[in-house]
Amino acid sequence: MSVSTSTAPAPPSPQRRRGGRAPAAPPGGRRRRPPLLLLLPAAVILIPLVAYPIYQLGLLSVLDFGQAQASGGVPTSFVGFGNYTKILEDEQFWTVLFQTIGFAAFCVVATLAVGATLAVLLTKVGRWPRLVLTTAAMAAWAAPAMTGSTVWSFLFDTNLGLVNHTLEGLGLSGFHEFNWFYDKWTAFLIVGAVVVWHSYPFVMVTLYAGIRAIPEEIMEAAALDGANTWTTFRRITAPMLRPILTIVVIQSVIWDFKVFTQIYVMTEGGGIAGQNLVLNVYAYQKAFASSQYGLGAAIGVIMLLILVIPTVLYIRTLRRTGNEL
Amino acid sequence: MSPVNSSPATAKSARNTRGRWRLAANTGAVVLAVVTAFPIFWMVLSAFKPKGEIQSLDPRPWTAHPTLESFRQVLSVDGFGRYFVNSLVVALSVVVLSAIVVFLAAVAVTRFRFRFRTTIMVMFLIAQMIPVEALTIPLFFMFRDAGRFAPGVGLNTLASLVLVQLAFSLPFGIWMMRGFVAAVPVSIEEAAQIDGAGRTRILWRILLPLVAPGLAATSVFSFIAAWNDFVFAKTFIISATQNQTLPSALLVFFKPDENDWGGIMAASTLMTVPVLIFFIAVQRKLVSGLAGAVKD
Repeated sequence: MSVSTSTAPAPPSPQRRRGGRAPAAPPGGRRRRPPLLLLLPAAVILIPLVAYPIYQLGLLSVLDFGQAQASGGVPTSFVGFGNYTKILEDEQFWTVLFQTIGFAAFCVVATLAVGATLAVLLTKVGRWPRLVLTTAAMAAWAAPAMTGSTVWSFLFDTNLGLVNHTLEGLGLSGFHEFNWFYDKWTAFLIVGAVVVWHSYPFVMVTLYAGIRAIPEEIMEAAALDGANTWTTFRRITAPMLRPILTIVVIQSVIWDFKVFTQIYVMTEGGGIAGQNLVLNVYAYQKAFASSQYGLGAAIGVIMLLILVIPTVLYIRTLRRTGNEL
Repeated sequence: MSPVNSSPATAKSARNTRGRWRLAANTGAVVLAVVTAFPIFWMVLSAFKPKGEIQSLDPRPWTAHPTLESFRQVLSVDGFGRYFVNSLVVALSVVVLSAIVVFLAAVAVTRFRFRFRTTIMVMFLIAQMIPVEALTIPLFFMFRDAGRFAPGVGLNTLASLVLVQLAFSLPFGIWMMRGFVAAVPVSIEEAAQIDGAGRTRILWRILLPLVAPGLAATSVFSFIAAWNDFVFAKTFIISATQNQTLPSALLVFFKPDENDWGGIMAASTLMTVPVLIFFIAVQRKLVSGLAGAVKD
């Protein structure tokens, strides 16, 4: 939703016209001095609960901080980059890192493919089918990740799941009591499907709004020139949607890189022997399951550093598409 | 085939082809809607199925004997009534507090131009990208230590959940609310000022009602985020099980090997239905808010 609001242009105000690019000054107010009273409540909450914990996360990552230190019996000691070298030398970290990237890539591509296809489909259908599909998509969007995970786990349950039953009914005997979560890849596939199910509506709704915003005349002109659907899409729709598409892609990358609930719930904390771990769950488990808080914090910092890349791209795109920050 | 030379016959067949395409598209849309909604349908259906039908190795997409048995079990035996109330208390507290703070901050960043304004906006954006699960590590220790001085906000309290959810709802809320505040013409405030209204009065009596639809839309997102959160609830509520919220209670309850799918689906339904209602109820306000309820 941030996309649709942040791209909505604000009506120009008299001040803006007079004062160039600057947003309106307060009526009769001074410029330059921050409106402290208005910002104070947000600062009081955000500084101790978001900014300070980020600093603390960094601090924990350079400390030897395990169960003994957590319970206060043993003083903490500074280990420098000790936690980081330990993690970077750990083979499991690299496996988890690469499967996080692979999993996120799979989810992003699938979400965009489904979302974009359905957005185009929405422009081709009548009023009622459109309403039905939008409502169903809204329901999937609003459903909590937690309950989405429990329902899909039930659908793919080994013994009582509808999916195994149906596949068996189709004559595929291999699916009798087939455990989807036993194999690393089928487990990832199902978790990925749940993530796509949850996130394609955002892509669909945003892109549909983008397509509708393309002036009718351009489409008509293309049709008069004899352009077919594919050419129109490639030469007109896609280029005009590029800014909005970029934002949707980057948002999806950021979200899918951070998937936590679905993995944690559906694979019961990261799968058999941690085969389905992604970085986010890995950091959490290192800290809270094996009480290696320093190591968990270091993984968290590495995640933050990786996420800086799409974030910077996101800000640059916003600025380039004329959104004032 | 140019439209000028086309005979009536080819035009008719072209219309037929287009009609067939349209029918295919419509059918496709409805089929995909059914596929998308199916998991939710299956969840609600399974919640109402008698235990015997859930355990049956021949699952059917209907039930002839709907029953409240599973709901009764999770609400009275497993204590989900209490968890439901806890979740509601946390989510509603977050919505109310967040709305006030978001409104004030959004006014500050849209109506004032000051040093570090862009820096602050970039920081709000970055705050949305942070993996909150990683921040549970320092936050866990912060709340543990805070609890020694102020037991009311320490671990195991609903207040701790309200505080973290409030904090993480602000960056996105302010970012979203900014557009709604910017859509209100400054001339309205200027007119009020000329009429002798003070700053406080302009803020609360004039600007607030005008951006109320936007605030409602923003609230949906803070409500959903707070209602859905399970990582903080799971991490902070350790010993005081009476203070659990729905998602973390559901996680404890979620034992696929024990096959109590009826109970799990009933609890999941209890958790999903309020958000669905909330989402659909405010969806219209969201649209009217985006369309700009204010006219110059």
